[in-house]
Amino acid sequence: MDAAVMDTDKHHEAIMTPAEPLIMKQGTPKIVTKDVTVHYGEKQAIFPLDISIPDRAVSSFIGPSGCGKSTFLRCINRMNDTIPICRVGGKITIDGSDIYDPDLDVVQLRARVGMVFQKPNPFPKSIMENVAYGPRIHGMAQSKTDIEEIVVNSLKRAGLFEEVKDRLDAPGTGLSGGQQQRLCIARAIAVNPDVILMDEPCSALDPIATARIEELIDELRENYCIVIVTHSMQQAARVSQLTAFFHLGTLVEVGDTEAIFTNPQERRTQDYIMGRFG
Amino acid sequence: MLVLVAVLVVLAFFYGKSRGSALGTAGGKLHSLPYYHGYFVALMVAIPLLMLAVAWPAVSASFIEARALAILPADLQPADGLARDAVMRDIRLLASGVISDPDRLSAYPQGVRAAAADFAKLNWASGWLQIAVGLLVGVGAAMLASRKLSTRFRARNSVERIFLTVLIICSAVAILTTVGIVFSVIFETLRFFAKVPVTEFLFGTQWSPQTALRADQVGSSGAFGAVPLFIGTTLVMLIAMCVAGPIGLFAAIYMAEYASPRARSVAKPILEVLAGIPTVVFGFFAALSVAPLIRRWGESFGLEVASESALAAGIVMGVMIIPFMSSLSDDVINAVPQSLRDGSYAMGATRSETVKKVVLPAALPGIVSAFMLSVSRAVGETMIVVMAAGLAAHAVSWDLIETFNPLQAVTTVTVQIATLLVGDQEFESAKTLSAFALGFVLFFFTLILNMIALRVVARFKEQYD
Ligand SMILES: Nc1ncnc2c1ncn2[C@@H]1O[C@H](COP(=O)(O)OP(=O)(O)O)[C@@H](O)[C@H]1O
Ligand SMILES: [Mg+2]
Repeated sequence: MDAAVMDTDKHHEAIMTPAEPLIMKQGTPKIVTKDVTVHYGEKQAIFPLDISIPDRAVSSFIGPSGCGKSTFLRCINRMNDTIPICRVGGKITIDGSDIYDPDLDVVQLRARVGMVFQKPNPFPKSIMENVAYGPRIHGMAQSKTDIEEIVVNSLKRAGLFEEVKDRLDAPGTGLSGGQQQRLCIARAIAVNPDVILMDEPCSALDPIATARIEELIDELRENYCIVIVTHSMQQAARVSQLTAFFHLGTLVEVGDTEAIFTNPQERRTQDYIMGRFG
Repeated sequence: MLVLVAVLVVLAFFYGKSRGSALGTAGGKLHSLPYYHGYFVALMVAIPLLMLAVAWPAVSASFIEARALAILPADLQPADGLARDAVMRDIRLLASGVISDPDRLSAYPQGVRAAAADFAKLNWASGWLQIAVGLLVGVGAAMLASRKLSTRFRARNSVERIFLTVLIICSAVAILTTVGIVFSVIFETLRFFAKVPVTEFLFGTQWSPQTALRADQVGSSGAFGAVPLFIGTTLVMLIAMCVAGPIGLFAAIYMAEYASPRARSVAKPILEVLAGIPTVVFGFFAALSVAPLIRRWGESFGLEVASESALAAGIVMGVMIIPFMSSLSDDVINAVPQSLRDGSYAMGATRSETVKKVVLPAALPGIVSAFMLSVSRAVGETMIVVMAAGLAAHAVSWDLIETFNPLQAVTTVTVQIATLLVGDQEFESAKTLSAFALGFVLFFFTLILNMIALRVVARFKEQYD
């Protein structure tokens, strides 16, 4: 725990002995982090952070912007490696294996840990090629029919197939924002990941498209470990089972979503949920 | 005169400003800040004064010259334009007073000396008159302008309008000169085609523009088939693009995708230096270093290489275009949004997969247009080919290997334009006019290329606004 934060926080006992979230009791956690820190150059963005994330459930990260939610999320698939000034410390394990192990192949890790971004970013290719991108680079299918099968299945699971089945060769950039985001989800699940990270996936979408994505996330929960960053507390309450509240680079409180929203232990969590800051 | 203009304008500014503040303190709220009043008065003074400064010398010079010629005695009156210029030269020389030696002075006829004295006096008078008129106009304009000043006067808006007018005039000058050049080229081209049929020009395979100057002169009648020039141009351009296209593109990919900020900070200035080298320098580099090198290299294979070859010119031209190509491509690659790269990396793609499958396809339209702009640069380049590719038109035949042999000397459209217009020319001859026709072809070709390229780039930008 960061000393500065402890000084200013009268309720720190609550973090030291957190009640274990019910959701975690259902099985072994999928992702476990220990003392994870992140620096951008000289600036520390994440202070030692421990969290356990359950499998086959949706976990949400909430907190005011700039508190390090995205930064932490990007540690889980090592996207921070692409930022030269970014240094990550501590340990993160998925299914017990350390993902920062020097022997581990980042390429394979990212195939197992998919990611969906804030702004839909379909490649400037056809819908078909967008979804086929991952399977192709990972050599998951050789023949054209295999690829097509994967594409169709992924589009179906992302709930997009019915809308685009007649125009699989049309450019992915021609779809509406919500459809593009579902295309990105289809693209991510095409390589059969265990974990899907979503960084504010609905913040660029209108309410109807948002509802559609939320529904989809709820369906996907049965098969994946999903981590979603959101700035909307209603969304966190609607889709997630576990909620973690971040503030100024620290994890303030984590627990069952219902518990966090009805009975937060931490003063800062309470303030944030009541809309008193952020 | 310019000093006068500057002084008056500065004075007008402060006058306007003080009037503005005086109005402000005297009564009520000013619509515009006092210094806008200053600007307004200054501009109102500056514009007529500058117009006067430009127009006066032209008008007064022709007037004074006519006077000087008029008072020449009848026997000294010039007979034609040439003689007139000669006499005026003498008069000007004498009037400037640089000849003080009485012996040399007396070499000029009395009449010319008298005219020169008058010329000098008039010039002197004109100078002072101009200053006087300038003062008058300046003060008058200031008075007129300051009459308009009041608390409610919208000096700010007026200044805005005046600035707008000045800007519009400047753009108009730029556009009109372009249009003027285009029209004069088209006009001269049409005159050329009146002498030489279009079909002969476009499809003829014989280029030897030496027309006989006098009817009795021996010499060819001139042949204006431009095909050898087009082939030469194409050949040099193709070689140049073979060098500049891949190297420029790969350099751009390296710079945009792989280079660390430190490598970038070293490599980028070096490329910019390369872009800043005058083409003449490239030209003699091609002629003196590369061409002999290629020749020796060719001879070691038993090939016959001309001392001036399309290959040498093309390679050096390619080197010259590399920075152009790479900086354009660098821009378009950088314009590909980072989110696409992130998307690809997040799928587990490696860097080269990301570049190959996402970044380049996304940047392709931009790269194509960078390529086209480079081509038009290559086609228009003159100095390198003048120095390294040769002057003689290459024989054209159906023997394609021979016709496109890069080891031989070729000549290009630009080289011919340059040689046609070097030295004394008779403006009416088909030879001179053919330069315009070539220029027109060149202009037309690069115009089309640039237009397509710019259109593509605009589309590309739209896609990622
Ligand atoms: N690429 C980067 N370079 C430097 N600093 C960064 C970078 N990305 C994020 N940060 C900093 O890290 C902190 C956390 O940012 P981020 O993780 O994006 O917050 P959130 O997603 O919670 O809004 C911020 O202070 C931000 O300025
Ligand atoms: Mg964020």
